[in-house]
Amino acid sequence: MSHVLILGAASDMAQALAYKFAAEGFDITLAARNSGRLADVAPDLEIRHGISAGVAEFDALGFAGHADFYTNLPHPPDVVICVFGYLGTQETAQSNFAEAKKIIDTNYTGAVSILNIVANDFEQRGSGTIIGISSVAGDRGRQSNYLYGSAKAAFTAYLSGLRNRLAKKNVHVLTVKPGFVRTKMTAGMPLPGPVTAKPSRVAADVFAAFQKQRNVVYTMRIWQLIMLLIRHIPEPIFKRLNL
Amino acid sequence: MSKRNRLTKYANAAPSVQRRLCRQICPPPDNRFQSVALLLLGALLGALAMLFLAPKSGKATRRRLKEQAGNLAGKLKTKRPAATQKSGLSRISNWGNYPQTEVKVYEFEDIATLRKIVTGTNNIIARGNGRCYGDSALAANVISSLKYNKFLSFDAQQGIIRCQAGVLLSELLDVVVPQGWFLPVTPGTKKITVGGAIASDVHGKSQHKAGNFSDHVVAFDLMLGDGSVVTCSKEENPELYWTTCGGMGLTGVVLHATLRLLPVETAYFKQESIKAKNLQELMDLFEESESWPYSVAWIDCMTRGKNMGRGILMRGRHARVSDLEKPAQRQNPLRLKSKMGLNVPFFMPGFVLNPLSMKIFNTLYFHRQRARQVTSVVDYNAFFYPLDIISNWNRIYGKRGFTQYQFILPKESSRQGMQEILQKIVDRGMVSFLAVLKLYGKQHGYLPFAMEGYSLALDFPIVDGLFEFLDELDQIVLAYGGRLYLTKDVRMGRDMFMQSYPNAEKFINHLKQINQNFKFRSYQSDRIGITQ
Ligand SMILES: Cc1cc2nc3c(=O)[nH]c(=O)nc-3n(C[C@H](O)[C@H](O)[C@H](O)COP(=O)(O)OP(=O)(O)OC[C@H]3O[C@@H](n4cnc5c(N)ncnc54)[C@H](O)[C@@H]3O)c2cc1C
Repeated sequence: MSHVLILGAASDMAQALAYKFAAEGFDITLAARNSGRLADVAPDLEIRHGISAGVAEFDALGFAGHADFYTNLPHPPDVVICVFGYLGTQETAQSNFAEAKKIIDTNYTGAVSILNIVANDFEQRGSGTIIGISSVAGDRGRQSNYLYGSAKAAFTAYLSGLRNRLAKKNVHVLTVKPGFVRTKMTAGMPLPGPVTAKPSRVAADVFAAFQKQRNVVYTMRIWQLIMLLIRHIPEPIFKRLNL
Repeated sequence: MSKRNRLTKYANAAPSVQRRLCRQICPPPDNRFQSVALLLLGALLGALAMLFLAPKSGKATRRRLKEQAGNLAGKLKTKRPAATQKSGLSRISNWGNYPQTEVKVYEFEDIATLRKIVTGTNNIIARGNGRCYGDSALAANVISSLKYNKFLSFDAQQGIIRCQAGVLLSELLDVVVPQGWFLPVTPGTKKITVGGAIASDVHGKSQHKAGNFSDHVVAFDLMLGDGSVVTCSKEENPELYWTTCGGMGLTGVVLHATLRLLPVETAYFKQESIKAKNLQELMDLFEESESWPYSVAWIDCMTRGKNMGRGILMRGRHARVSDLEKPAQRQNPLRLKSKMGLNVPFFMPGFVLNPLSMKIFNTLYFHRQRARQVTSVVDYNAFFYPLDIISNWNRIYGKRGFTQYQFILPKESSRQGMQEILQKIVDRGMVSFLAVLKLYGKQHGYLPFAMEGYSLALDFPIVDGLFEFLDELDQIVLAYGGRLYLTKDVRMGRDMFMQSYPNAEKFINHLKQINQNFKFRSYQSDRIGITQ
């Protein structure tokens, strides 16, 4: 039975992914900070889907512990989904470096730290899939969230390079760029309904992309078009916009 | 013959002629989509007939139609958000879409969050999936259990499952059926929560044999108004157990429950459908069928005279592997292929369900079964939940909504009482689209709906004068020693409740100790005088 490791398993999106992969017959390890709060999720996954599921303590910012975390996992994973992220507050981060650093470290440094380890393991085993949940925010920096956006841009570039390196080793890397998603992270934000996905929709899209071995997917699909347009607005105009 | 003539002729024809006409329009059934098709056909024919049969008002009707179509289009464009952002209130109603209320909805995923809500708020009531018909799960502050929906343990050897109260019976069946287990008691929809099943102490086609939901609950945990959590079972805190089962959420919030399941060989049922010419014959059939584990009857309550109360009794039992006819079923007797469902995406205009369309539907439904008796093997969805295949079917009643009038009469007085009530409905030209008859046995608890006797459930669209009419029916029900089902009720008065539920007083006195200052209360409990 294939085993999925979900990094940052407490978020709504991560949970949706866990349920989706479990429904497709994968065993699941939920890794998160304060993993005790996920204690209910593992038996629920097991009972609903007849798979085995477990919980592991993982802190994206505890770089020093990442190697131990990975070697101590009860099951070597076949699929690793890197979901953790931190939106932060753009305004605070502009003047408070601690906030800026937290955004960068959670979305980028932490991901690099753990995925380097995973990548080396998969490369050696000659198999595996790494799924990175990046963001459309990384496609172009905008004044409203360029700290988060730049960290995600770095993560997107990292995943692209990783894919390039591991393609020869039978290891697949999938970059996922969600647009707006209705989750706890975005609760209270006025999101435009037609282009806002439910976490379950994202999970279904990710699973389909995983099965088809796609390289980069936007979810919902319309975001590919939206971002295409946004990327092509000439800079002299773009810089004047309130985005 | 013009369309108008044909339809009139059909609706007014003698049963034997209708039978022939009906078979031309629609051959006998072989799958469950046919009842849906019938329903839509009936509605369509009726709506058309209304247009054509009323040439004078034709223009007005057409104008109304156009307006309604316009409204509809407008509504589809500007989808109103469920929550009015500013006030933090949500517009909700239960299954009958009546009453529509603006209330504050709280959600919780863990006990600590719930405790904060419960201890810090008054006028609260728990709500599951809102499948009660009226205002039982409505109050100024509503605590939704839907996000508290995890399975906690499942012993597939012993058939014992433990879960949080927000788990839907549909999810539960998805888990247990493939392992050879079933719910011993299930209502006519699987889209209800375990908490709601306990609070309404629901029943189903098995009531006369298997009793109510509470008979198969091993234990549950309840959060009281002070935030404490108490485990209740028939042995541990039995008083609290029996006040909560059927207590309509008034004792607190059910958190988790442990349920005992029924072992089954297959996910299928062996079913016999038997037609009865009238009410008396139908009741004879029920009494003959008492040894069957499942029984229920659909009746056509729009026919007069000697055919009044004609209907179809459906009785069944769990199918064994040897009962299954198709090789695919035998190979995988516990797994069902998922089937496509249908949806009613918006409120139908009010005129779709009119007396004529309902009469046509009822007649088509009665005659689609040609033989007096038909035996078949059907899966559990077709057997228990035929209505669930159409999501939001409640919208066919239009925006004003509908209510279900479900009453029960003692067995001794049922034959006469039912006859009298049916007669009254026919005489008044009141129209019930769906009418379900069942023979019941006893029920435990303080507010049991069931007794040894017959229950009839009637769906009525909300129209002017309906509630006055139902008040009159109340008097007949009362005179025969019967009562109404709380989880379907939306309008009964205090007197009716106090007089028809023999332990009402006792329940209220007991509740005062559990639910201090009536922190937990619903619009219904205020209306019927439990908490006011
Ligand atoms: C199509 C259809 C068919 C039906 N057939 C039947 C039938 O055959 N037999 C039958 O008995 N019923 C039947 N019902 C009614 C339905 O089973 C009950 O109303 C049931 O209680 C609904 O459960 P719910 O989860 O939707 O709860 P809700 O409708 O949200 O609430 C119902 C009651 O339960 C209380 N409640 C809900 N959750 C909790 C909780 N966690 N703790 C404490 N109290 C709680 C509420 O306060 C309320 O009083 C039918 C309903 C429909 C729509």
